[in-house]
Amino acid sequence: MNRLSRLFKALRRALLYALPTVIGIVILNFLLLQLVPGDAADVLAGESGSATAETMAMMRSHFGLDLPLWHQLLNYLNHLAHFSLGFSPRFNMPVMELIWSRLPNTLLLMASALAISVVLGILCGVVMATWAGRWPDRVLSLLSLLLYSTPGFWIGLMAVVLFSVHLGWLPSDGSITIGAALSGWDALRDRISHALLPALALSSVFIAIYARLTRAAMLEVQTQDYVRTAEAKGLHPLLIQLRHVLRNALIPVTTVAGIHLGNLLGGAVVIETVFSWPGLGRLALEAVQGRDYAVSLGVLLLSSFMVILANLLVDVLHVWLDPRIKA
Amino acid sequence: MPRYLRRSCATALFCLAFASSAAPAAPAAPVAGGTLNFVVTPEPPSLVNLATSAVPVLKVSSKVTEGLLAYDFKFNPTPQLATAWTISADGKRYTFTLRHGVKWHDGKPFTSADVAFSLELLKKVHPRGKSTFANLTAVRTPDPYTVVLELSQPAPYLIKAFAASETPIIPGHIYEHGDALSNPNNTAPIGTGPFKFSKWVRGSYIEYVRNPDYWDKPRPYLDKIIVKFIPDAAGRAIAFENGSVDLGGDTPVPLGDLARLKNNPKLGVETSGYQFEAGPLRLEFNLDQPILAKLPVRQAIAHALQREIIKSAVFYGYANVIHSPILPGSPYYSAAPSPYPFDLKQANALLDQAGYPRRADGNRFTLTLDPLPIGDTPARTASYVKSALARIGIAVTIRAQDLPAYLKRVYTDRQFDFVVNGMSNLFDPTVGVQRLYWSQGYRQGVPFTNASHFSNPEVDRLFALAAVETDQAKRLAQFTQIQQIVGQQLPDINLVGPQQVTLFNKRVHEHTPTPNGLDGNFATLYLSP
Repeated sequence: MNRLSRLFKALRRALLYALPTVIGIVILNFLLLQLVPGDAADVLAGESGSATAETMAMMRSHFGLDLPLWHQLLNYLNHLAHFSLGFSPRFNMPVMELIWSRLPNTLLLMASALAISVVLGILCGVVMATWAGRWPDRVLSLLSLLLYSTPGFWIGLMAVVLFSVHLGWLPSDGSITIGAALSGWDALRDRISHALLPALALSSVFIAIYARLTRAAMLEVQTQDYVRTAEAKGLHPLLIQLRHVLRNALIPVTTVAGIHLGNLLGGAVVIETVFSWPGLGRLALEAVQGRDYAVSLGVLLLSSFMVILANLLVDVLHVWLDPRIKA
Repeated sequence: MPRYLRRSCATALFCLAFASSAAPAAPAAPVAGGTLNFVVTPEPPSLVNLATSAVPVLKVSSKVTEGLLAYDFKFNPTPQLATAWTISADGKRYTFTLRHGVKWHDGKPFTSADVAFSLELLKKVHPRGKSTFANLTAVRTPDPYTVVLELSQPAPYLIKAFAASETPIIPGHIYEHGDALSNPNNTAPIGTGPFKFSKWVRGSYIEYVRNPDYWDKPRPYLDKIIVKFIPDAAGRAIAFENGSVDLGGDTPVPLGDLARLKNNPKLGVETSGYQFEAGPLRLEFNLDQPILAKLPVRQAIAHALQREIIKSAVFYGYANVIHSPILPGSPYYSAAPSPYPFDLKQANALLDQAGYPRRADGNRFTLTLDPLPIGDTPARTASYVKSALARIGIAVTIRAQDLPAYLKRVYTDRQFDFVVNGMSNLFDPTVGVQRLYWSQGYRQGVPFTNASHFSNPEVDRLFALAAVETDQAKRLAQFTQIQQIVGQQLPDINLVGPQQVTLFNKRVHEHTPTPNGLDGNFATLYLSP
């Protein structure tokens, strides 16, 4: 069986599992959100600081909250069947449009955080495993322990105090310089300078996890027979470390990284708040606080898609990394 | 965010004095040009205060959408879209003369039809419209520049209700079709104001640009207003320090950070501009709860609290000690102290007599306290109440939840013992205070009404009289009597009047020309070059 058809098979199987998962997620999310006390009308009245019985009734009918529960669920499923996420009365715009406007920002943040954490984590792990027990290992172990036990938002706040308040090198909030019509390289540099601190803060815990994971996996692989064989063949130690040890050690790391995508999205809620990053995480938080079920459900649905997609990619990656894994 | 945790200065006069003394050395004449970075938190749900009066909405709405009147620091009306106004001798007819030559941002002329349309719509959809305009029976428009309001009964408070932040005048030709709540104008407004809406990037910023055709030339001075939303309080403090934000209201940074930021030579602090939204912080009891239904228990709690500690420890001094629901900024304020001064001995004696002796563990009974989940001051006040009541043998459990959960618990489910609550006085006690204490204000399911379930026929009678009383002295006597009864009966204990703070970069001038503060239209605001 060639590699391509194995990949295709893996893809098909993953998609088959994904569909019922998504439907289950939609219904579960819908029911869970119903358990949260208070509704959108309570929120609007709370924000306004005044209300009358008439305005409360008007708000409820505007939000469709006066319909029976099953009716609301059917309405929502009907929207989904037409590839629509519904309309948000609170934001006064279609949910799809709202989410699309936020999604690129969050994807940028998550992708850069994932990239930073995987690259730096694996790099540290390789160094630690290669010099296991000696001082580079000790120093990096201590460092990763510190990173692992320090909350990302705190690292973010401290980085802001250092780099944007005291040194003035990097901006402290937003995803672009508002009002500055930049283009070309200037625009790119502006985006990177805004993304750097939040991405680092978001990735901090994961760098530590991947470093330790890579170290442990590589140490385990180093004891395998084929590594000894490679050494006996007289291969260069660097080549052995990278091609024979690291490649096999990457299986657990990629598995965990796939699982962590959901955690990254959760972490993004906090980091996006600290850095006022206009992303999906903050939208989700605001939607829950505003009891805007259409938006909450939309974000949850999209997040579950993202996690399913990431796991699918990891499955495919495994097939590619390790020919022994059957599709 | 509701505007109940709001406080004004001691008196309007004091505010005037403070405003002028706090004003930095300004250049002789306003300078045109520049961009103002204005922080507003949280992000407003709408850009017009039509069906919402949320604090962030008021901050942005007035830049585009104006009102008939503005007010000076003595609450006297001044012209905005109306140039003159008269109230008939019986108080039942209001006549407004409108400004000529005003155009909506889309070029259509502004006329009396817009005003009539706005008032009728507000009566239906504004959170307070039904109560503010309860007596309004008809709006007549004899000509394009005259509006006549006919009332069924006098409404002595009504003349204070025409600020842009309370009664916005919206373009009738845009709202005449379809559902007003989902009208696109709510998120991309057209108005008559000094600034035109340009764009709203959700989650990031709103941009307003100068309206070159504004009726009050040469105003406005600014080229642009960028409204930023910075959700994290520490993030806002940093934005003020590094200059990416110039102006913010409603105490935009944690009170603990304020001392540090005050020492920053670039930044200034202003406490005026909250006179219309001031309100007390209160300990409100559920009178349906069997223990708290007993007056001696509530009296004992009142005897156990020291308001000065709340002022200094919770509010870092940014609050005034008060004893009654109407704040010192109002002409109806009663300065009489509480009949229940701090006295632990008396408090313990009252509880013993009420039939709640101390048990072996030193406690008499346990109560649950729900602090209003807005800002951190109610929760910190709750911590103080817990420690203060421990001294008289009342064990307090503090329960946390988010705002909708809190509102549902208190106003719909009524599953609470007592709460740390707020409530704005608004522009008049009939609108802002009556709802808390009259028996008709007990409306299950409607937030910010009579949560204690207080019912007192004398208070009901006095509120009904004050609502239509045109004689100022008689009205003052009625409200004074109400404050006395409430102070004795204790459906709630009014603790302090929190003082809101505006933080500004010293290059910003004339940000608070009226008691509406940052809810004003910024037409007079200018930046040092």
